[in-house]
Amino acid sequence: MINAEIEQRLGEFRLNAAFSAGIGLTALFGRSGSGKTSIVNAIAGINRPSRGRIEVNGEVLFDSTRGIDVPVERRRVGYVFQEGRLFPHLTVRQNLLYGQFFTRHSDRYAGFERIVALLGLEQLLARRPASLSGGEKQRVAIGRALLASPRLLLMDEPLAALDVYRKSEILQYIELLRDEIRIPIIYVSHSIEEVMRLADTVVLIAEGRAIASGGVDEVMGRMDLRPHTGRYEAGAVIEARVVAHDERYGLSTLRFPGGELQVTSLDALVGEPVRVRVRSRDVSIALSRPQDISIVNVLQGRVLEISRDEGPIAEVSLDVGGTTLLARVTRQSVDRLGLRSGQDAYALIKAVSLDRHSVGFA
Amino acid sequence: MYPLSPDEMEALWLSLRVALWSTLASLPFGVAVALLLARVNFPGKTVFDAVVHLPLVLPPVVVGYLLLLLLGRRGLFGEWLFDWFGVVVAFKWTGAAIASAIMSFPLLVRAIRLSLETVDRKLEAAAGTLGAGRTAVFASITLPLAFPGILTGMLLCFARSLGEFGATITFVSNIPGETRTLPLAIYGYMQSPGGDADALRLSLVSIVISLAALLASEVLVRRATLRTLGHDDQRRD
Repeated sequence: MINAEIEQRLGEFRLNAAFSAGIGLTALFGRSGSGKTSIVNAIAGINRPSRGRIEVNGEVLFDSTRGIDVPVERRRVGYVFQEGRLFPHLTVRQNLLYGQFFTRHSDRYAGFERIVALLGLEQLLARRPASLSGGEKQRVAIGRALLASPRLLLMDEPLAALDVYRKSEILQYIELLRDEIRIPIIYVSHSIEEVMRLADTVVLIAEGRAIASGGVDEVMGRMDLRPHTGRYEAGAVIEARVVAHDERYGLSTLRFPGGELQVTSLDALVGEPVRVRVRSRDVSIALSRPQDISIVNVLQGRVLEISRDEGPIAEVSLDVGGTTLLARVTRQSVDRLGLRSGQDAYALIKAVSLDRHSVGFA
Repeated sequence: MYPLSPDEMEALWLSLRVALWSTLASLPFGVAVALLLARVNFPGKTVFDAVVHLPLVLPPVVVGYLLLLLLGRRGLFGEWLFDWFGVVVAFKWTGAAIASAIMSFPLLVRAIRLSLETVDRKLEAAAGTLGAGRTAVFASITLPLAFPGILTGMLLCFARSLGEFGATITFVSNIPGETRTLPLAIYGYMQSPGGDADALRLSLVSIVISLAALLASEVLVRRATLRTLGHDDQRRD
């Protein structure tokens, strides 16, 4: 459990953020320059806040009123930086073992063999950082941080420097990590895809403040936060389970409390929990169950809220068996259908819009 | 080329010994001063920087004379050194090493400072998050990454010491077997009738040694730089 209250002036910028994070992955989500990195730097002990208090698992790392400021090297807070920051003069093996060397035997929980296997680093051990690809570097950086057996892992946009293909490769490792190693992870990102796919909890950061926190679908589904979560990326997350694969058509069927979803075929076992990100622009609304239509996913629900912008586009949130879905339609359609909150409606989602990029392992 | 005479061999070995000790003894101070200049802001830093570089522009004879005033048998510290420790450096090869060290110190500091300034402080921060305290970070990250510059500085210092003349002859004179290094021996031969051939021969020896030192430094620094840049020793692909 992490409790943080951080106040700091950085030139013109004022950071004044307070939030809590528990087990699992907590995403600090916000635009570039919103203060996310300053927050994790303060937790790591790289920045010193002017006021505040930082507590990890009951141990106070920083408290301005009591004059406590544990130095960075004694905080046991792992940090995966955006650029990896591997030590160029050491081999991969030496990089990995660097933090372990400084960790007391009684504090060590991460075994070398296990971490190397988890991150698939066996073939890289004798190499030097300059010869590694971006994705390999980031895997080594993650392994290095874990092998210091930290109480908490900070990840600052670890995918930002990677191309799309490498991103999805590392995403899988981070998912594995989140589920295998039971330490809290604080993950800084301005990418809604990453947050949707990875986070258990989201803390929304804007202009140096933590303006909202909670479950992913809860925060991302809130209309009033739309200016901060972003219109174009908007969407919702469905927690589902794989129930069947259709080899013939290359489709997979997922089940969640609101019904069943067909998606293009997944590399997952039947029974595995998955998390599906449904972008609001891929969702249409109908008042009755449509016939003779190519769309296979038709989910019955109820209109919750309709955004009241002046522009041509309206966002409609729907409750589908307890899960909030977002639909982006024109304001004209809202008026034509006479949509209002509380009304029964059907959400239509094309199966092809749900592919391996929008589905992650929960 | 004739084999060197015993006197000449003596001058050669003495030169190498003086240059080696001058380099090794000034290294820790060189690193400390370079670190101070590269990383710390303090009042009077500009003046301190200038003082460190002074031997580069001062007439060597002035440095030698100052050394004599300070470390001579009757000098400010020289007398004290003799009374308490029985140590005399004036007119000894150790004095020659001190004179060389002071004359080449700016070159040593410059090279190390430059390389320290290129060390990525973010790597040091990363080492901190992995549990390394300041001393450990310095020893395991900063120093190895600055190593090519330190090597360059040492070789420059060594080469400059081999050639030191003015401050040495002023401070420790020209005593065969004790303070007569190569440059001093060459100077001696030039002053004596019929010594021209010997002077030329020793000059050639000087050229060969200096050239070897520079070439060695080039190779060593290139190799060290490759390592700190993190390339595999064996190139792949």
